[in-house]
Amino acid sequence: MEFIKITDVEKVYKTGVTALYGINLNIKKGDFAFIIGASGSGKSTLIKMLYREEKPTQGQIIIGGVNVGKLRNRKVYKLRRKLGIVFQDFKLLPKLTAYENVAFALEMYGLPKEEIRSKTIKALDLVGLKEKAKSYPHELSGGEQQRVSIARAIVNSPKLLICDEPTGNLDPDTSLEIMKVLEVINDLGTTIIVVTHDRDIVNKMKKRVILLDKGRVKKDYEKGTYDKNEKH
Amino acid sequence: MIKMKNIRILVRNIRDGFKNVFRNISLSIASISCITVTLIIVAAAIIGSWNVENFTKLIRDDFTIVAFVKNDATEEDKTRIKEELDKIKNIQTIEFISKKDIMEEMKQSSDTFNSVMSSWSDSENPLDDTYQIRVKDDEKISKTAEKIKSIDKIEKVSYGEGMVDSMISIFGIVKNVLIVIVIGLVVVTAFLIVNTIKITIFSRQEEIEIKRLVGASNMSIKQPFVIEGLLIGILGSIIPIIVTIYGYSYLYEKTGGQMFSQFIKLVKPLPFSLYVSLILLAIGVIVGMFGSNKAVRKYLKI
Repeated sequence: MEFIKITDVEKVYKTGVTALYGINLNIKKGDFAFIIGASGSGKSTLIKMLYREEKPTQGQIIIGGVNVGKLRNRKVYKLRRKLGIVFQDFKLLPKLTAYENVAFALEMYGLPKEEIRSKTIKALDLVGLKEKAKSYPHELSGGEQQRVSIARAIVNSPKLLICDEPTGNLDPDTSLEIMKVLEVINDLGTTIIVVTHDRDIVNKMKKRVILLDKGRVKKDYEKGTYDKNEKH
Repeated sequence: MIKMKNIRILVRNIRDGFKNVFRNISLSIASISCITVTLIIVAAAIIGSWNVENFTKLIRDDFTIVAFVKNDATEEDKTRIKEELDKIKNIQTIEFISKKDIMEEMKQSSDTFNSVMSSWSDSENPLDDTYQIRVKDDEKISKTAEKIKSIDKIEKVSYGEGMVDSMISIFGIVKNVLIVIVIGLVVVTAFLIVNTIKITIFSRQEEIEIKRLVGASNMSIKQPFVIEGLLIGILGSIIPIIVTIYGYSYLYEKTGGQMFSQFIKLVKPLPFSLYVSLILLAIGVIVGMFGSNKAVRKYLKI
């Protein structure tokens, strides 16, 4: 069964720029997929539509049976609670500790304290940062900060984890560590979509690779590598 | 279960609202003083217009039609006049003052009158018997006066139309101007609050963005800001309330409860100043909450 079903999606921005043309993609439950492509290829637009930051101009995006494009603004939070998002710049709140940054999301849902506590510790443990729970973001390395943000993304046990250039600000070794964390999460059954520029990582991971070019799906490899000859 | 959730979110947001007021203390003080200044002016305008309303009412209550009876009227005429007056619906009270009473009154008021009038006998008294009439609805006073005038043996009717009428209409204008000032100020403050809170929100845009991304509902994102606005409103109305309560009772004591003449009486400070305080608090709270609600809406896709 397809977990994510993207059908004939087209996105035209208000400025008149067309970012995506007729995208068709299916992603199965438990998949791990990379979306790669040059700047301006539309990959950011594509994943923004997955978490309903943008709406498709045409076509349909269905995630776990929900038609994301038809979702009303005031209902978007319901979708966001079912998925985790990780960004290149971590988006951690500097005045909160690692623990508080992760617990933050659950507090927003109004969960009881004990539940927040156990879930937060579990998530921090999974990314290997249990010991640094009381540290503030500026006291953590880039890789550690990214792991905090991954912990925040998975704390509510989402079905889907969306990562937008998660290793963009990290050195190669740290990037690989982050990928290993993602792989563990994937093994636990979470579907993962990673947008990246990082050639080495894509080649090492041997996962599905979707190449976007000028708003179209150019290649879709089952266990792909970043083709050096490909212009992007 | 759902209720419990919302209570937990609310408790958290109240805590955050308080925190935010103190975390951005300089901006909070800017908003608070903005509300304070406006509310003091609003308080002055409310007190002014309320008093003007009160003067008008007092003057109207004092409205009296004086009907002069012709000098040649007999006792039967007077009885008939009384009966006819009783039939007029708009009349509240009728007081008969005989020419003798008037003469006595005038004698007492000045020595000159006294020496002249002392020689008059009853039949020589050139003054008229009068009816002092109070009406129920003073809007209809001129009609009522016409009716009274048409009664046989009534010589003339007077009710201070010129002076009192123009005074009331001036008071009416003053009151309306003050009301417009109040409304204008409240609107202006609301806009100022919107902008001040927008600045505080601007520095917390990231926080809002993250909240949205992790799946916080709009309500739970908005709540701390609205609570913050509410607090700013309450804090901003403290000084105006103190000024109103103490300032007005001071003014009342200083003037002895009168302005310009005995005619114009001020409203008693209690409970009046408490009502005004409540109005000020309500304006502060509503403006604060409305302002922050409007400011935060811009950052939420609702």
